[in-house]
Amino acid sequence: MGTIFNEDEVKKIGEKAEQWKVVTLKQWVERLPERQESFTTLSDISIKEVYTPADIPNFSYEEKLGMPGEYPFTRGIHATMYRARLWTMRMFSGYGGPEETNKRLKFLIEHGETGLSLAFDYPTLVGVDPDDPMAEGEVGIVGVSVPSVVDMDVVFNGIDMSKVTTNMTINPPAPALLAFYVAVAEKQGVPYTQIGGTTQNDPLKEFMAQKSYVFPPEPAVKVAMDLIEWSVKNLPKWNPISISGYHIREAGATAVQELAFTLADGIEYVRQLKNRGLDVDSFAPRLSFFFDAHINFFEEIAKFRAARRMWAKIMRDWFGAKNPRSWWLRFHTQTAGVSLTAQQPWNNIVRTAIEALAAVLGGTQSLHTNSFDEPFRVPSEFAAKIALRTQQIIAYETGVADTIDPLAGSYYVEWLTDEVEERAWKYIDKIEGMGGMLEAVKKGFPQREIADAAYKFQKDVDEGRRFIVGVNVFAENEVEDIRKVPLLEFDQQETERRQKQRIAQVRSMRDQQRWARSLDELRRAAEKGENIMPYVLNAAKAYATLGEIMNTLKEVYGVYVEPPIY
Amino acid sequence: MASMSSLQYTEERPFKVIVAKLGLDGHDRGAKVIARALKDAGFEVVYTGIRQTPEQVARAAIEEDADVIGVSILSGAHIHHVRLLMEKLSEMGGSDIPVVVGGTIPIVDVDELKRLGVRDVFLPGESLGRIVDVVRKLAEEKRRAELSGG
Amino acid sequence: MRSLAEAELSLSEKVDFKQLLESAAKGNLRSIGRLLTLMENPYRLPPEVFDGIARMAGKAHIIGVTGIPGAGKSTLISKLITEFRRRGNRVAVVAIDPSSPLSGGALLGDRLRMQEKAEDPGVFIRSVSTRGLRGGLSLAALSMVEVLDALGYDKVIIETVGVGQAETDIMNAVHTVVVVTMPGVGDDIQALKAGVMEIGNIYVLNKSDLPGAQEAFEYISFALSKGELGQRTGDWSPRLIRASAVMGSGVEDVANVIDEHISYLRSNGLAYEKVAARRLTLVRLMAERMIADSVERALQVKINDLKERVARAEGILEISAELADAACKLMSSTKPK
Repeated sequence: MGTIFNEDEVKKIGEKAEQWKVVTLKQWVERLPERQESFTTLSDISIKEVYTPADIPNFSYEEKLGMPGEYPFTRGIHATMYRARLWTMRMFSGYGGPEETNKRLKFLIEHGETGLSLAFDYPTLVGVDPDDPMAEGEVGIVGVSVPSVVDMDVVFNGIDMSKVTTNMTINPPAPALLAFYVAVAEKQGVPYTQIGGTTQNDPLKEFMAQKSYVFPPEPAVKVAMDLIEWSVKNLPKWNPISISGYHIREAGATAVQELAFTLADGIEYVRQLKNRGLDVDSFAPRLSFFFDAHINFFEEIAKFRAARRMWAKIMRDWFGAKNPRSWWLRFHTQTAGVSLTAQQPWNNIVRTAIEALAAVLGGTQSLHTNSFDEPFRVPSEFAAKIALRTQQIIAYETGVADTIDPLAGSYYVEWLTDEVEERAWKYIDKIEGMGGMLEAVKKGFPQREIADAAYKFQKDVDEGRRFIVGVNVFAENEVEDIRKVPLLEFDQQETERRQKQRIAQVRSMRDQQRWARSLDELRRAAEKGENIMPYVLNAAKAYATLGEIMNTLKEVYGVYVEPPIY
Repeated sequence: MASMSSLQYTEERPFKVIVAKLGLDGHDRGAKVIARALKDAGFEVVYTGIRQTPEQVARAAIEEDADVIGVSILSGAHIHHVRLLMEKLSEMGGSDIPVVVGGTIPIVDVDELKRLGVRDVFLPGESLGRIVDVVRKLAEEKRRAELSGG
Repeated sequence: MRSLAEAELSLSEKVDFKQLLESAAKGNLRSIGRLLTLMENPYRLPPEVFDGIARMAGKAHIIGVTGIPGAGKSTLISKLITEFRRRGNRVAVVAIDPSSPLSGGALLGDRLRMQEKAEDPGVFIRSVSTRGLRGGLSLAALSMVEVLDALGYDKVIIETVGVGQAETDIMNAVHTVVVVTMPGVGDDIQALKAGVMEIGNIYVLNKSDLPGAQEAFEYISFALSKGELGQRTGDWSPRLIRASAVMGSGVEDVANVIDEHISYLRSNGLAYEKVAARRLTLVRLMAERMIADSVERALQVKINDLKERVARAEGILEISAELADAACKLMSSTKPK
């Protein structure tokens, strides 16, 4: 394929740049030295003072970029991108009981949110009921408590489920939560063909990062694949999985690692599904991804572009998918929680805005922006609204959404995209060499990489090689500022009491025989290795609680204890 | 004549720290980074892993005869869990073991935690250097108190 | 102000041992924890206290667990704890992890796998780091074993890494040596012919659900039968058991064979022999410690003079003999406290 540059010209420019470096630049630097010894991205990629065509000499437009909506989709998966439809403004929310969350969802919809995203509390995330001893003190804090189909009904009271799509950030208990959602949508009269949304349902990253795991790796993956298989056959509009890099990044991984480990997870899942006899085009269009938008601006944009290019190649060339939709990397982004500071918290509004801009310039399909009070608690209404407005200002005022992939052609951005891609491939090769991500996770490889990167970053900050405003530079007496942040108030103990009451009611009012039989059938199906989804759905409708469903499965699959890796 | 009690050369017994995550919160990046920093600073670190109950953490501290307990909670349930931990420690006779807490903690809760007996609270952004210093000082204080007949 | 180390040397004057022992014997966990700390450096104890403890000890079954890193020792021990508890035993574990030679610190990570047992009142878990003190680890570990034995724990499990002099001292002092390995470690036998892994009484092929398990089983069985691996105890030949601790399979078998071994030892008077052996090791280690201390002191006294002479290579061997002499004189002249 042809390069867009004239070879001779590029050679001349390269020589000119070399000359510039040893003559012009040298003179300047002697009078005024550079600010640092070296400049590196958060993945430790060294950045030069300036980039020219000589840095991307054999650049082929067709091979590297293509047009939007065409292979390799570097510029965007749709031909129209934001000119036709802006990214979905999907704010992750939820706290307290279903009643509070119902109110918050309505508030956000009223203020212009276009997609729902449910955050669950810890007991729900790890599949225990609100009256379980481990749930004590945790009900309703980091998200909403939804231990039964009745609770899900209350969450969506007065919200037309045929008109919204809902993301559910839930992993091991995903089958149960999907079952609750589907049952409630059914009750609202929404046909299966119209039920839209996403279940995160990505077990591999749980072992590496989020750690809301329950079952050991093999059964965890099996359960997740069950959900995907059932979903692609029954819920044509549902994204059964959100292959996530966000948590991996937040746990300490670099941008390159985030990209590599996420795609490696994706490769593993595609392989698992193919091994079940599924045709790749039957499920690939429904796979979706979830990335972090961190603060090192251009590296993030490069990462998103590289991701699209790499996944297209993986799906078309490695797995032989034929449907172009199977080659699309569709993703949701969340701005980096870990980049926010407790010190001078108002600064977080600025960080989130810059990170959101990176996500938009990177072509994300949907976006969550963090609220400035994240380092303290689940967001207040005040803070959440500012976060939402941040997206709206970018969309409606800045003009960045008026053309597709505006940074293409920048010598730096194209070089960086290539560089990030190359480094990510190295990791993927290594992981595939170990037998794929499931094996790599069992061996502890990504966990060690992440722990090392996290430690290195903290040392870099402590020793002044990385700067965080308000923390190790421009720090002030913080206490006064922090006290001024108005926090969300809600009565946790009251919520816990209410949830315990409701679950007791659910248990006493259900048809006991039907309930017992549904769990029995679920256990036997799990033991036989059948797809558990229909049985989970049946149990949900028989008013089995989340804890009861998960306990049944724990009896069959066991429980995971992690190895000590630092 | 030789005697065990007249030995003069001995190493300093390293300080022993428990690093624990109470409750269901699984975000262990901070806990692990601190565990490693403490080890590099010469401490013996017992990392309990995630999903610990207050009883499990108290038992670990008591059985290990720890000098400091470090708790990491990013789930917002810190008051609840730490209160129970302090109670358990007291029950088991371990109230002399200083406790420090780190996590996503609103400032009003910092005051409450200190009222419960927590010696220091670390918010996100705290430097490893300061955390290690604080832990060391608390450990030294505790050992000296022991030696003077505590 | 005295350093903590110096201050702690005089601790034995301050501790009310009678009270501490009584409290520990009643099951007070804090007292047991404190007592174990004191035992890490047994020179802190008045001699009659140490003897008192030793007299109460002798009944526990001491089990050493070692093996290849990554073979799942801690998980296996965690499951064995459950199994032994089921059989009515009180179980104590001493888990040994290496210290960093650079910082002196250590990440004592074995406990993590066993933490789910931490709420059981019949279980006691203690982590120890190897540190740098000459003979220190084995002295500490074996002293702790005496205490836990004396306090009535039926099974005392020591978990170590597998190679090193300290580990050898420890494993020679236990009743039953259990070596844990897994399939796929390359040359299965060579990996086990290192350090204490060679002298196992019981070999466990853990993670036996992994590929290569059958071959590993066969190789190791063969090596055991030819006497190339493992150690006989009288008529009792070393055994190999398959297990998958994570899945929970084979653990009962392992526990059975461990119990079989101690039954054999007890019915042949060999258990008592082991107790004597462990105390002999303790005695040897303490003697070595005392001598080492005297050498150290003698060296400190003469260091400048000696440094000069050895730098000029003025009779290195003679100087060594001089030092030994000086150490002996120091030792004989020291007044007992």
